[in-house]
Amino acid sequence: MVISVTNLSRSGLSDWIIQRASAVILAAYTLCLVGSFLVHPEMDYATWRGIFDNTAMRIFSLITLAALCAHGWIGMWTISTDYILPLQFGSAATFLRLLFQGACILLAVVYLIWGIQILWGF
Amino acid sequence: MLVSIYRYNPETDSKPVMQNLQVEVPAGRDLMVLDVLALAKEQDPSIAYRRSCREGVCGSDGMNINGVNGLACITPLSAAVGGGKKLVLRPLPGLPVIRDLVVDMAVFYKQFEKVKPYLINDEPPPAIERLQSPEERAKLDGLYECILCACCSTNCPSFWWNPDKFIGPAGLLQAYRFLADSRDTATTARLSDLDDPFSVFRCRGIMNCVAVCPKGLNPTRAIGHIRSMLISQGT
Repeated sequence: MVISVTNLSRSGLSDWIIQRASAVILAAYTLCLVGSFLVHPEMDYATWRGIFDNTAMRIFSLITLAALCAHGWIGMWTISTDYILPLQFGSAATFLRLLFQGACILLAVVYLIWGIQILWGF
Repeated sequence: MLVSIYRYNPETDSKPVMQNLQVEVPAGRDLMVLDVLALAKEQDPSIAYRRSCREGVCGSDGMNINGVNGLACITPLSAAVGGGKKLVLRPLPGLPVIRDLVVDMAVFYKQFEKVKPYLINDEPPPAIERLQSPEERAKLDGLYECILCACCSTNCPSFWWNPDKFIGPAGLLQAYRFLADSRDTATTARLSDLDDPFSVFRCRGIMNCVAVCPKGLNPTRAIGHIRSMLISQGT
């Protein structure tokens, strides 16, 4: 058992499942958006607004945004623990890795809060 | 045949160099790479490499042959160089070099040790032996044959980056060998030891291990089975 305290769920299995489940959500949302554009070939602001006035679409969007943050964090955490190591960066590796991880978390939280504001703030 | 061999003695050399030797290969015969290496060593006796059984059983002479990991003793020269004219021999990638083609396999063995590669059974031993049905025994085929040559693990980028945390394909093949054994009673504890983000889940399924295994084994499939067992236990 390898101790890790910065991955999303502490468990490798849990991270693995979250990453795959979130990928399915992201794919479904992408299909939903593509479908919207196909159904409304003359997409304008009013139509777009109408789609997102629907509560179901807002909930789906928020779930997708949360899935995106989780999916992104698991991926970026994996990249950081593969490529920001003493092997590549010497003694500065731990500091640089934490800095990178902190920046990724901050970005994910900002996007999540900003997304909530966009979906429900107007 | 031009043979290019990685030469490095960390105690005296500041960096590795490739030494080129012209080796006379007997016509009409397809030598194994290990035989060519022996001919090269006749020219320069200071070349260091491991070898023992010379028939693909001991796993000592794993090395990188023209960019592909393999056992020198069972890799024919024709297969190694293809249509080319040059044989390039380097040590297994990702492990510290002790000298020339000899690598320090301590971290590889450490990962092997972590999976507890022995039968654990807390039930009283029967009078004669613990029996298995032919079907239960068949589950171990494709797992027990591993000779620990390290060709697979040293061909795996996840093992290159985290050799101290990711168990690697060779160790995980053995982990599954005991998870699949009907006589082993430590399945739950074994799985619990593997549920962290590194030990198993660093495998990205690129199958480099399968591509180079000299025994034709499939560690990626074994890792998939471990993952399925973890899902069954953990959800």
